[in-house]
Amino acid sequence: MPETVTATADFAAAPISLWRRGMNSFATFAAAVSVILVLLPLGAVFGYLVYKGIGSINWAFLTQTPKPVGEAGGGMANAIAGSAFILLIASVIGVPIGIGAGIYLAEYGRNQLGNIIRFTADVLNGVPSIVIGIVAYGIVVLSQGHFSALAGGVALAIMMIPTITRTTEEMLLLVPNAVREAAYGLGVSRWRTTLSITLRTATSGVITGVMLAFARVAGETAPLLFTAFGNQYWNWKINQPTAALSLQIFTYAISPFDEWHRQAWAGALILIVLIVVAVSAVRLVAGRGMLKGAN
Amino acid sequence: MTGPQPIAKPEVAASSDVQSQPLLGAGNSHVADAIFHLAMLACGLCVLALVGVILYELVKGSRLSWHAFGLKFFFQSEWDPVNEQFGALPFVYGTLVSSFLALLLAVPLAIGVAVFITEMCPRWLKGPLAFTTELLAAIPSVIYGLWAIFVLVPLLRQYGEPFSARYFGWTGLFEGPPYGIGMLAAGIILAIMVVPIVSSITREVMTAVPQQQREAVLALGATRWEMIRTGVLRNARAGILGGVILGLGRALGETMAVTMVIGNRPEIAKSLFAPGYTMASVIANEFSEATGDTYLSALIEIGLALFIVTIIVNILAQFLVWTVTRGTPARSHA
Repeated sequence: MPETVTATADFAAAPISLWRRGMNSFATFAAAVSVILVLLPLGAVFGYLVYKGIGSINWAFLTQTPKPVGEAGGGMANAIAGSAFILLIASVIGVPIGIGAGIYLAEYGRNQLGNIIRFTADVLNGVPSIVIGIVAYGIVVLSQGHFSALAGGVALAIMMIPTITRTTEEMLLLVPNAVREAAYGLGVSRWRTTLSITLRTATSGVITGVMLAFARVAGETAPLLFTAFGNQYWNWKINQPTAALSLQIFTYAISPFDEWHRQAWAGALILIVLIVVAVSAVRLVAGRGMLKGAN
Repeated sequence: MTGPQPIAKPEVAASSDVQSQPLLGAGNSHVADAIFHLAMLACGLCVLALVGVILYELVKGSRLSWHAFGLKFFFQSEWDPVNEQFGALPFVYGTLVSSFLALLLAVPLAIGVAVFITEMCPRWLKGPLAFTTELLAAIPSVIYGLWAIFVLVPLLRQYGEPFSARYFGWTGLFEGPPYGIGMLAAGIILAIMVVPIVSSITREVMTAVPQQQREAVLALGATRWEMIRTGVLRNARAGILGGVILGLGRALGETMAVTMVIGNRPEIAKSLFAPGYTMASVIANEFSEATGDTYLSALIEIGLALFIVTIIVNILAQFLVWTVTRGTPARSHA
C-alpha cells in the first residue's frame, strides 16, 4: 500500500494544487494527533496506577483484611480472595454453557434456530452490566433472602456466556472439515469426534475466548453492587455477602479518607496487572496457536 | 508446513480409540450422539432463555411503578423517594447528554486513529498501535473512575473549566462554579472509554473496503487523503455509523466511571459544569438502599428502559456494520 501512494504522489507532483497537497498533509497530521490524544489517557492511567499504587502494595496489604476508619494499615486480602471466589463460581457456571452453546452453533447450528441463538448471544453481549445485576438480584438474592457470592457469580456468568459462545463457534469453524471427515471415516461417532477431535484441535482458540471473557468480567463492579454486595471480613460461604476487589476499589475511591484512597490505588494496580497479564497471555496463545496453520 | 500438524494429533487419538473398543463405539453411537446433540442444544437454548429471563425479571419488577406512573414516568422530573414520587426525566436527560458529549469528543478521534492505523502508519507500527488502543477497552470501568476522581477532575477544576468558562462562557454551556465533578467530566471519561470500540469497528469496516477501490481512486490522480475520503470512508460510512452507534450503546449503559464523577444530583441544568445523574448511576447508587416496593420498582423500570434502548441500539449497529462487511469473506471461514 504505502509504495503505491508514494509512487502516485511523485508521478502526479506537478498538477496537484497547493490546496490539495495542504489538505493531504493536514489530514495526515490530524490523524497522527488523534492517535497521540488517545494514547495520552492510556499512558496517564497506567502511569498513575503504578506511581500511586506501587508504594502501597506491601505484605500487609496482601494478607490482611480492612482496618476500621482511622486506623492505618490493613489490606485487601479478603477482597482479592473474594474476587477469585466469585470469578470461580462464574467460570464454573458460564464456561461449560458458553462452550456448549458454541459447539451447538458450530456443529449443529447451520439453521434458523442457530441464527436466532447467534443473534441473541450478540444482543446479550450488549446488555449493560448494571441491568444484569438487577436480574441476578431478582433471580438469586430475592429467592435466597440475602446478598451472596453465588448471586455475584451468576451475574458475571451471564456476562461471560455470550463472549465464550461466539469465540468457541468461530474457533470450531476454523477447524477444517477434512479433520472431521477423517474421524468419521475411522468410524468414530459424531459426539466423540466433536469432543476429542474438533474441540481438541481448537483448544487454544477456545481458551483464548474464555480468557477474554474472564478479563472482561474480572474488573466488573456494577453487577456486583447488589449481588455480592461486599464484606469487610473473610468469607468462603457461597450464600454469604462477599468482598470483591473492584467493589473495594469503588468504596475506597469515593470515601473521604486519604488512607483508603491510597489503598484504592494499590487495589487498582493489582486488578489491572491481573487483567493485562490475562489479555497478553491470550495474545501470545492466539498468536502462535495451532489454529493459525489449520487452513 | 503447518497444515498437517493439527490433523496428525487427533488422528492418533482417534485410531487408537477405535482399535481398542470397536464394539462399544458401534453399538452406542446413535444414542450417545442424540444425547450429545440434545445437551449442546440445551446450552444453546440457555442463551435464548437468558434474554427471556432478563426481560421477564425486568418487566415483573417494574410492574408496580408502571401501574403507578405509566408513561408519565419518563417525562416527570421529580425524584422524591420520601413521598414516593418518581420521575425519570433527569436521568434520561443525564444519560443522553453525557453519551452525546462523549460521542462528540470520541468519534473524530476514533476515526482519526482508525484512518492512521489502516491507511497511514508504517506496517511495523500497525500491530502495536492496534493492540494499545484495544488495551484501553480492557481497563475496568472502576479504574477509569478512580483515575477520573483523582486526576481528571482536579485538572478540570483548576484549568479546564475556568479556561472554558472565560472563552466559551457566552454559550451558556460553561457557566457556574467549576466543581470539576459534573457532566463535563462524565462526558470526557466516557469518551475515553468509547474510543476503542468505535475505532476497532471503523478499522474493521475500512479493511473490508476492497483494495481495488483505493487503487482506482489513486489512479485518477487523487492524493492519499482524497483516496481515503472518497475511496474508503465513503464506502465504509454505513459501517462507521454502526461503530458509532455501538459506542453509543456502550456509553448509555456505562455505570461505574460515570457514577464516580457525574455528581449524582437529579437535576436538569444547561451548564455542563453542573452535576447530573444518569439512568445507570441511579440504579447503582440507590438500588441496594431502596426502601419501599415502589422505589425499587421505579429503579427496575429505569433498568428496563435501559435494556430496551441498548438492545435497539445494538441491533441497529450490527445491521449497519453488516451492510458493509457482508461482501467480504468472513474471517472465521478464511
